[in-house]
Amino acid sequence: MNTRQLEVTVGAFMAAGLVTLFFLAMQVSNLANITTSEGYEVSARFDNIGGLKVRSPVSMAGVRIGRVVNIGYDQKSYEAVVTMLIEPEYNQIPEDTIAKIYTSGLLGEQYIGLDPGGSLENFQQGSEVMITQSALVLEEIVGQFLFRKAEENAASQE
Amino acid sequence: MLDILASFGRKGLEAFERLGRGHLLFLQILAGITSLLPRPGLLVAQMHSIGVRTITIIVVSGLFVGMVLSLQGYYVLSQFAAEDSLGVMVAASLVRELGPVVTALLFAGRAGSALTAEIGLMKATEQLSGLEMMAVDPVRRILTPRFFAGFISMPLLAALFSAVGVIGGYFVGVGLLGVDEGAFWSQMQAKIDWDGDVINGVIKSLVFGVICTWIALFQGYDTLPTSTGVSRSTTRTVVHSALAVLVLDFVLTALMFGD
Repeated sequence: MNTRQLEVTVGAFMAAGLVTLFFLAMQVSNLANITTSEGYEVSARFDNIGGLKVRSPVSMAGVRIGRVVNIGYDQKSYEAVVTMLIEPEYNQIPEDTIAKIYTSGLLGEQYIGLDPGGSLENFQQGSEVMITQSALVLEEIVGQFLFRKAEENAASQE
Repeated sequence: MLDILASFGRKGLEAFERLGRGHLLFLQILAGITSLLPRPGLLVAQMHSIGVRTITIIVVSGLFVGMVLSLQGYYVLSQFAAEDSLGVMVAASLVRELGPVVTALLFAGRAGSALTAEIGLMKATEQLSGLEMMAVDPVRRILTPRFFAGFISMPLLAALFSAVGVIGGYFVGVGLLGVDEGAFWSQMQAKIDWDGDVINGVIKSLVFGVICTWIALFQGYDTLPTSTGVSRSTTRTVVHSALAVLVLDFVLTALMFGD
């Protein structure tokens, strides 16, 4: 095999390796989905955010319109402060929109769902969601259910 | 009684001596990069025999490993009605673990043993001494290009293995078992991190590349210059590389994903 052929095959090998790395980046990993940080930020306060994480999706009517960029904790009001980045094309969200934390599926990851209100004013950069609903914590629900059952039993025995 | 103790001690000293010689050789090989840079042709020739000729076995095994992962993963996941996560499972196990590790094992068997046999035979037929007679440093001329060829080839081969494995898993999962195509890719993209998973896999394969080529070169260079010696060194290359890769994989995994 002469030098020319050698160089061509090695070049093809290295190119193939780099192309596969590119494939892994674009098709397999989420590198392609990391959107630029364009858009406007809206914050919301929750009593309990459950398993919400930074980069969790923010959706409206099931369509992903942004993501969570920061999760903080307010020491005065004992609330979680969640900052969401909404993509710039979704700029018609009424100011009295309700933010709720949902779980996708029974055991899936958590996301913020926005239920639109009726106000004529829209969210701006730095707006705050006034009405929120915390995450449903499974243990709490089960606990309440058991508590109620116990109360019923106690009442029926009297 | 004392004889037994003495032979035990001699073995220990020999092992440490070999370890020391190995590290010295490693430093010498690295220092040889100064004379490699002006002559990239040497590197290209070695990339061909180490990297390009290993592609076939890597691609074929990657394809089948991905297909088997998909079949087995489907069996478990379907019991939890979570077939949609098949893509995540296949891609995560390939990119994080199987890609770097299986590639390194195959590399040790295919390229590492060939390196040891080649260099061992050079030593047995006194070609290395011949080079020295001509005032050519055999470490710089023979070992350094091979080392860097292995170092560069390994991550590329591991990436090929993972990518082909994912495609194989896709064919079996989506084509054969009827997993939803959109869920297969979108769940994979949502859960696999570029820097957390893919880059860590690349780092692993770089480390394995260094270890495997280093062991192969040292075993060849340090061999007894007889036919038995060469055959023993070749065996030792494969065994030591496999053990080193598996142990290091545990250490690296604990460091990278252990929190």
